[in-house]
Amino acid sequence: MREEWNGFVGGKWERTIDVREFIQKNYTPYEGDDSFLAGPTEATKTLWAQVMELTKQEREAGGVLDMDTKVVSTITSHGAGYLNKDLEKIVGFQTDKPFKRSMQPYGGIRMAMKACSDNGYEVDPEIVEFFTIHRKTHNAGVFDAYTDEMRVARTNHIITGLPDAYGRGRIIGDYRRVALYGVDRLIEDKKVQKDICGTGTMLPDVIRNREEISEQIRALGELKKLAAIYGCDISKPAVTFQEAVQATYFGYLAAVKEQNGAAMSLGRTSTFLDIYAERDLKEGRATESDLQEVIDHFVMKLRCVKFARTPEYNQIFAGDPVWVTESLGGMGTDGRTLVTKNSFRFVNTLNNLGAAPEPNMTVLWSTRLPIGWKKFCAKTSVNTSSIQYENDDLMRNDHGDDYGIACCVSSMVIGKEMQFFGARANLAKCLLYAINGGIDEKTRVQVGPKYRPITAEYLDYDEVMEAFKDMMKWQAALYVNTLNIIHYMHDKYCYERLQMALHDRVVKRYFATGIAGLSIVADSLSAMKYAKVKVIRDETGLAVDYEIEGDFPKYGNNDDRVDLIAADIVTMFMNYVRSNYVYRDGVPTTSILTITSNVTYGKATGNTPDGRKAGAPFAPGANPLHGRDSHGAVASLASVAKIPFKDAQDGISNTFSIIPGALGKDDKVFAGDLDIDLTK
Amino acid sequence: MVGYIHSTETLGTVDGPGRRYVVFFQGCPMRCLYCHNPDTWAIGGPNSGRQMTAEELLAEYDSGKEFYTNGGITCTGGEPMFQIDFLTELFMKARAKGIHTCLDTSGITFNRANTAYLKKVDELLKYTSLVMLDIKEIDNDMHIKLTGHPNTNILDFARYLSEKEVPVWIRHVIVQGYTQDKEEQARLGEFLATLHNVKALDCLPYHTMGKNKYDNMGIKYPLEGLPALTDNDAIEARNNIIAAWKVKKAELNALEAANKQE
Repeated sequence: MREEWNGFVGGKWERTIDVREFIQKNYTPYEGDDSFLAGPTEATKTLWAQVMELTKQEREAGGVLDMDTKVVSTITSHGAGYLNKDLEKIVGFQTDKPFKRSMQPYGGIRMAMKACSDNGYEVDPEIVEFFTIHRKTHNAGVFDAYTDEMRVARTNHIITGLPDAYGRGRIIGDYRRVALYGVDRLIEDKKVQKDICGTGTMLPDVIRNREEISEQIRALGELKKLAAIYGCDISKPAVTFQEAVQATYFGYLAAVKEQNGAAMSLGRTSTFLDIYAERDLKEGRATESDLQEVIDHFVMKLRCVKFARTPEYNQIFAGDPVWVTESLGGMGTDGRTLVTKNSFRFVNTLNNLGAAPEPNMTVLWSTRLPIGWKKFCAKTSVNTSSIQYENDDLMRNDHGDDYGIACCVSSMVIGKEMQFFGARANLAKCLLYAINGGIDEKTRVQVGPKYRPITAEYLDYDEVMEAFKDMMKWQAALYVNTLNIIHYMHDKYCYERLQMALHDRVVKRYFATGIAGLSIVADSLSAMKYAKVKVIRDETGLAVDYEIEGDFPKYGNNDDRVDLIAADIVTMFMNYVRSNYVYRDGVPTTSILTITSNVTYGKATGNTPDGRKAGAPFAPGANPLHGRDSHGAVASLASVAKIPFKDAQDGISNTFSIIPGALGKDDKVFAGDLDIDLTK
Repeated sequence: MVGYIHSTETLGTVDGPGRRYVVFFQGCPMRCLYCHNPDTWAIGGPNSGRQMTAEELLAEYDSGKEFYTNGGITCTGGEPMFQIDFLTELFMKARAKGIHTCLDTSGITFNRANTAYLKKVDELLKYTSLVMLDIKEIDNDMHIKLTGHPNTNILDFARYLSEKEVPVWIRHVIVQGYTQDKEEQARLGEFLATLHNVKALDCLPYHTMGKNKYDNMGIKYPLEGLPALTDNDAIEARNNIIAAWKVKKAELNALEAANKQE
């Protein structure tokens, strides 16, 4: 065994790249409570005060403190940047100083220019010329290949939020590999992969694979250089906890220096890193306070990841999110919990540094999680509102116990699966197209096929359903084909070389699509079926509004009459998606997770037959439409739970707000059994 | 049999232990000044709620039962004991399915002298896992002022539940000018010390969230202008009650020990 691995239980993982096996053989499940945790050190407090001051300055400057306009960001493009070199346990910024946003034109030079100009900066004209004339971008490639129909569909928002002008993101490199194996070993592995890749006929796929692996090897070389810029050597495996965290972070940092993706998630690192923490504790190399300090500094760096973006982008995504999602806890397939002390330390940063949306801490929830962990998470949730929960019991069936979440809900096995991000199809608008024979209700443009419109005074459920199915079939085909172009061009002009270098050679590619407006469609169809929906048409015969006579079951009340309509629509749409050719042997999936963009989609969509008015927001994700669930939270959640995960495998989200008082009794007001026993 | 049901709530977290399915019964004889559910008062008229069977209610419970693993069903209102036959049927059927049953009541309908009624109460309590008893006020005159009724039967119901060893949570709303008096709170504590079945004490600060309902129903809000109280007011009241309770309990324990020695 290599000397860096002294004290570890060996196994297959020594000979092949297999982080999961290393974790399984070496990790220590923790079933206790949070009493062992340490608070912030003086260094942590000093550094965090500095970050808060920079945040304040950034806010006062209108959202951006500094932007790079001359240097194109690459893994090695910038010199070292620090807050305070002497105090930082984990180092590395995207550029040569904190809060300076990097320039990343490979997704699209126009987007990069606009991100600068909207914030009062101007990209160096030479750079603009280079990426306009000499070096094509992803965005330019996509628009070269788009059909007229695709362009019209896009501008009319029947398909929307497409990653055709910016980085697609949603790929998680297995950054842990950098710490466990060191970069040299990873390069060796990739060289072998390249050797065995296509020794036969040079088909286009083989050629692409060979070129991509070469790029991956080059990126790994640059990763080593990035560490060297900060005076670190990551060519060999990490020894201490601090080295392991630092190496993992360098892997992630290289990714965000190279890709301004729509979600740049971290993966599932905390339990892996705990193995190093335990070894340091055992060998007396670190105290609990030392370990917490390293994690605090790591999280501090993750909170400082920033991208240059446009106001429109921020509108779709509600703010300036990076989606540094870290998946925490969960249960192993062998029944042991994957919660470790380091899972606690990660969450404890919310106490030590205060609440923050990044990194997006995602607790993989199982009913069988240890009670101490459940309590700690619940307590921290109440105090900070900064934890996201996802159903581990559901996802473990498909992905095993070493998957992570990209963005907010997209699950993938770390280092073995990735996703082609696909924005979403506006199903509510599709329903209106079905009624109006493909004419957009807002722009009056013939966007969809000229199918026969519905002309009856009252909408007939069966007739509309038939028309809607045809229109969905068209929408799904157009959508998938548009995404085929996008991902082809992204691979060609903006390939995630570093992130893919931290994947296996053979990768399962999820081809993600998404749905917006599900609850509107379900309620609309329910209104047609159980009440009477009268169509209001304008002088041209276009249906522009609807009058509902009578009451109807509404999605969100645990009523099968409408909930099963919603479930069926998801299955139907997914099957239409599945029936299309998909780029690069992708596995089609869909999601129902418009957590923030529901407002934007609502603006682009006219009156709908459920009684929603033009411009009114959609419900977020798979939520019932605002105010329509009248039977309490369980009924509302039960409706959402009927949506089949197998047909929405990229995730189903439900946004749920509750006032703290409605969560249960405040233990100060309420005296339970214990207090009264004292009187005995 | 059908019950007159005002509404149901599928995620109750403050009406008994755990997460609960809450059934609001229609109809109440009390007219507590601070009542925040005046829409549940009427019975027999046009606004008497939905008619539902026990099976229908339990079917709704079942559809969300995964959520109620550490909870159960709570009947509140209104005054559920106003419909005691239906309530008993519902609890009997719930308990047959292993569901924890909790009754939130003012105890106003209790009358020990009525033997036929007492039999019904006994039958109900057979299927009741927990009673949440609202003691509005310990002083009888003040109780009448606050609710329109004396508290004699209510306190007697508390004693009866103690005799029957039915687990009880006491609920008590703190209202300025009515139930905020320290001495009265101490008297309540002393009374509670004489009971053997009290598992918890829940003091609730008066809030004004019910006012809208009065406005919508076109009736005058009785406590117009009275300020809502804070959690701290409730904590203070709870501490007063428990302090007196402990003193009295110690006295009673000493007395009992002395009696034993004799």
